[in-house]
Amino acid sequence: MHHLLTLIVLLPLAGFLLNGLAGPRLGKRFVTAVGCGLPILAFLATVQCVLTLNAAGDPLVERVYTWARIGESTFDVAFYFDRLTAVMTLIVTGVGSLIHVYSVGYMKEDKGYARYFAYLNLFLFFMLLLVLGRSLLVLFVGWEGVGLASYLLIGFWFEDAEKARAGKKAFIVNRIGDAGFLVGMFVLYSTLGTLDMDRINAAFMASPMPAVSASLVGILLFIGATGKSAQIPLYVWLPDAMAGPTPVSALIHAATMVTAGVYMIARLSGIYVHAPEASQVIAVVGVLTAFFAATIAIAQTDIKRVLAYSTISQLGFMFVALGVGAYGVAIFHLYTHAFFKACLFLGSGSVIHALSGEQDIRKMGGLAKKIPVTFVTFAVATAAIAGLPPLAGYFSKDEILWFAFASERGGSPLLWGLAAGTALLTAFYMFRLLWLTFFGRSRMTPEVEHHIHESPFSMTSVLVVLAVFSAIGGFFSIPHFLEPLLPMPEAKQELHHLETPLVVVSVVLALLGLAAAAFFFGRDAERANRLRPRFAGLQKLLYDKYYIDELYDRLITRPLYWISDRVFLRIGDRALLDGTLNGLAGLAQRTAGALGRVQTGNLHLYALFVLLGSLACLLLVWRHV
Amino acid sequence: MADKVPLLLSLAVAIFALGLLGVVVRRNVLVMLMCMELMLNGVNLSLVTFAHQTGTAVGAVLVFLIFVVAAAEIAIAIPIVLLLVRSKRTLDLDAYTDLKG
Repeated sequence: MHHLLTLIVLLPLAGFLLNGLAGPRLGKRFVTAVGCGLPILAFLATVQCVLTLNAAGDPLVERVYTWARIGESTFDVAFYFDRLTAVMTLIVTGVGSLIHVYSVGYMKEDKGYARYFAYLNLFLFFMLLLVLGRSLLVLFVGWEGVGLASYLLIGFWFEDAEKARAGKKAFIVNRIGDAGFLVGMFVLYSTLGTLDMDRINAAFMASPMPAVSASLVGILLFIGATGKSAQIPLYVWLPDAMAGPTPVSALIHAATMVTAGVYMIARLSGIYVHAPEASQVIAVVGVLTAFFAATIAIAQTDIKRVLAYSTISQLGFMFVALGVGAYGVAIFHLYTHAFFKACLFLGSGSVIHALSGEQDIRKMGGLAKKIPVTFVTFAVATAAIAGLPPLAGYFSKDEILWFAFASERGGSPLLWGLAAGTALLTAFYMFRLLWLTFFGRSRMTPEVEHHIHESPFSMTSVLVVLAVFSAIGGFFSIPHFLEPLLPMPEAKQELHHLETPLVVVSVVLALLGLAAAAFFFGRDAERANRLRPRFAGLQKLLYDKYYIDELYDRLITRPLYWISDRVFLRIGDRALLDGTLNGLAGLAQRTAGALGRVQTGNLHLYALFVLLGSLACLLLVWRHV
Repeated sequence: MADKVPLLLSLAVAIFALGLLGVVVRRNVLVMLMCMELMLNGVNLSLVTFAHQTGTAVGAVLVFLIFVVAAAEIAIAIPIVLLLVRSKRTLDLDAYTDLKG
């Protein structure tokens, strides 16, 4: 099998073309078979590749074709498959396939069924391009492509103007980050003459170092990552992206696409190892994002928004790991997060499905007995994200906390403190969500309550699979698997004796979060309700997300609108461009009007003009010849 | 013969000028057409004179060409005049100023 990597990428593209072009005419069964079948085939091909990789040891490289040749330099489309790619591709195709299967049940009634699967396959194609590409250029094509697919799927129900706007917001905010990313690429290319990521890493590992500041490149690329991976200051698009169908939120806005920035930085770790300043920035931005997003999540009432902020927060954790040099750990958390967050999102989808579209947790409650499979899987995933041992999230989060504390590359107690506080908040808001949704008395209208039903097997089976992986996923030690590629940072010698106490502390924090949530939100959230008036201001501040959206609106959006309207439209376009053109046209018109008076229709007058003209000519000739 | 050249040329100019004057001042369409013929013939006369003076045939050939063109022109102009007259029952060109573009 020579072109297996190409095949992995092309299978979803074929699905997109088949479903996009012929899907609506060939019926639902065809769409389902193509839409789910091809991603599963891609997953199987990936498994085959992983086996080949394990046998061979060296990375698999496939050159597909030469995209452009400019002078001496060529730009190849090539695929590169090493252990890091293997982990990412397995997540993308594996979780992706599961979510495709789940979508069959979730989107059954939708009239855009074929379109939905076409977009989903398109997303998978671009994501695989992003993950498998050897060159930054191919990665960037995938990077933009997943943005496009995300835009299409957020605005999937585009009849609703609000949802279409959310799609636009995601797209535009990402553009800002992409500008930084592009500049980073230019700088790299102009100094190194190549965009192949393995070569870039090698160039930075070699001595002498390339004549470019690693921190500059690192920061520029990280700006791109803040857009795609929803970090401060560009995270604002992700909560709004929840307008899309829930499986989309699970696949794109939790498990895969938003982790692209984490992957990119881990992939280019060669640069970041030599960029302590950039790494410091990443760690600080990551931990602040994690903390702020977690505080916002506490006060949200929309089930999907809570999960969205929790995603931002968890991505912040991954960036903390990247910032302290623990690249393998970041990928580890990415991997466990893919399982439990996909499970949570799909679980919330199942809840929404059961409640005929209700998303407000204030109008839920007492669902544990009515939809038991969803409840159990959701509870497992919640425990996993909170970091209760021995579930998946415990292992990855614990390693992040340890390295945030003790890594020789920028670990510090302050970083650890904020991260640990975030972990506590995470446990608290996740269990709050669990309690409000599944326990206590029902707060639903009788109408909705009457229609409650457990989701079909195609959905619940996916939930069970994901819950199982959320439970046992932590036992596959990804950092160890990636060690040859992404070496772990050394821990500070004098802190080694604190490793075990820190583990205990993080477990205690998770349990504390659980206990606090149970205390406040148990018994129909009595205590929380009693406390609310006292903290009304704080609660409103958190509920309104620190007014960041409003701040951006005031500081950026409105001035831009103002400049566009007053300067570019009114002065530039209407006055200058239109004015010039209309003025010229008016001048021609007036001149023509004046000259037109001469044409009276009187033939004799014309003849007289001819006569005078001829005489003038004669006179001229006579005078000059 | 040679001494008659200035005389003939003067005659040609006089005929041409008469014709031009007629086109400019007369109101009657038919008269204007006739005046135009007069102008053509003035030119013809000068051509023949020059042909004779230089002893080449080019001028004479041009005269025949002008005859043909003039015949064709009249063949179109007369029906136009007929149509004009049929619409307004007058030969006075001032009545037709509304034909301007």
